[in-house]
Amino acid sequence: MMSSNFGIILKRDLLLALRRRSEIFTVLFFFIVVISLFPLGVGTEEKILQQMAPGVVWISALLASTLALDRLFSADYEDGTLEKIVLAPSSLSVSVFAKILAHWLLTGLPLVLISPLVGLFYHLPMHSVFIMMLVLLIGTPVLSMLGAIAAALTLGLRGGGVLVSLLVLPLYIPVLVYGAGAISTSMLVGVSIEPYILLLLAFSILSVVFSPWVTAAALKISLE
Amino acid sequence: MKINWFKYSAPMSFYPLAGKLIPLFWIAAIVFILGGLYWGFFKTADVLNDQKQYYRIIYVHVSSAWMAMWLYVVMVFWAMLGLIFNTRLSYMLASATAITGTVMTIIALATGAIWGKTSWGTYWDWDPKLTTFLILLFVYIGYIALQSAIDDVRRSDKASALLALVGLALVPIIYYAVNCPDPTECASLHQESSLKRVESNILIGMLVTTIGFWMYCFATTLMRARIIVLERERSTTWVSNLPEIKDSEVEIKS
Repeated sequence: MMSSNFGIILKRDLLLALRRRSEIFTVLFFFIVVISLFPLGVGTEEKILQQMAPGVVWISALLASTLALDRLFSADYEDGTLEKIVLAPSSLSVSVFAKILAHWLLTGLPLVLISPLVGLFYHLPMHSVFIMMLVLLIGTPVLSMLGAIAAALTLGLRGGGVLVSLLVLPLYIPVLVYGAGAISTSMLVGVSIEPYILLLLAFSILSVVFSPWVTAAALKISLE
Repeated sequence: MKINWFKYSAPMSFYPLAGKLIPLFWIAAIVFILGGLYWGFFKTADVLNDQKQYYRIIYVHVSSAWMAMWLYVVMVFWAMLGLIFNTRLSYMLASATAITGTVMTIIALATGAIWGKTSWGTYWDWDPKLTTFLILLFVYIGYIALQSAIDDVRRSDKASALLALVGLALVPIIYYAVNCPDPTECASLHQESSLKRVESNILIGMLVTTIGFWMYCFATTLMRARIIVLERERSTTWVSNLPEIKDSEVEIKS
């Protein structure tokens, strides 16, 4: 029962998104536009760009994923599907987990796949590009997981988008610090990046365990 | 004897009790703050040269910083009680605490900046403690923003309570993230806080001022809570029967 519910919601959300592909590309192009604005603002010197790249890629990813959060629950909330999911006899946390996973596959994973472009724009060494993809792969699920809590709390509010950013951006700080740290460290010789990867993995696991549960509680409060 | 702990959880019995306590807390706050500052300014050994006198901002800085952190815990405590027992007053106290906590955080940041200019030569640095306090301010502001964005009182109470809980779980992680951005080494401008090494007169001044700040927090939180009680319970008969409400209505009419 539980697993089938998970599968149904995951499949449904992916299918809906594939029918309206423009939404996936909006987030992706937002990311690319922000990435390409930085060099225009701070100058195109190779050294500066290399130094900035880790922070820039993570901050752009944070902003892109925050913008995408609005769509996580709002469409289902407006047409009443969300209420059906909450009322369903199966575990709400599992359904919520499926929704967040689908959301990450549609907004987080594309960022990971497009990120080599950052390496190209910012003259990163090949080795660092792989590290960047790896830490984005580990880190972006945390963004979706934490963001889901804020999205559920602000469901259906006026000006919810700005409020979500205000609530969620401070919570993203650990991922930003260690995600960007790993990429910067990978450009140094003789320093291990293993601690960064392990910490990011820990954040990822913690958020996967706790966030669906908290998000479910938040949804219940918002739909009461 | 059995004590009824829930008696004062009713806004009706809390309101007059808070009204009686507020003047006491104000008096205690003034006495302790003035006493602590007096001790700190005039009773400490004057062994330092004139240039170092600026350290005396410590009495305000440390007290407000302790209160800023403590009030977050208090706020989460009330939010949790609210979620567990579903008592309206707990939520009201949580939101009243949040504003005093924000004020304390701002005082700590401002006095810290002034102290930093004199001792480190800069108003701001991305030192772990400074960054943590900035983030604490963001978390407080997020809580207040969420609460004021939701019109439905029940939902706004519960949603912000849940946010406060999430914040409590994440603040230690954020603290360690900014405290130790490079996992292989940690550095900070702030020296390690160690009360044992502080000279005893300074310590007395600091602790007494902190008690004063604490009393001030009690007073302002209770005052805000009373206002929130009046706002939310305005349609009830006990509020309209309160002497202060009756008098003001007469004034408006006349």
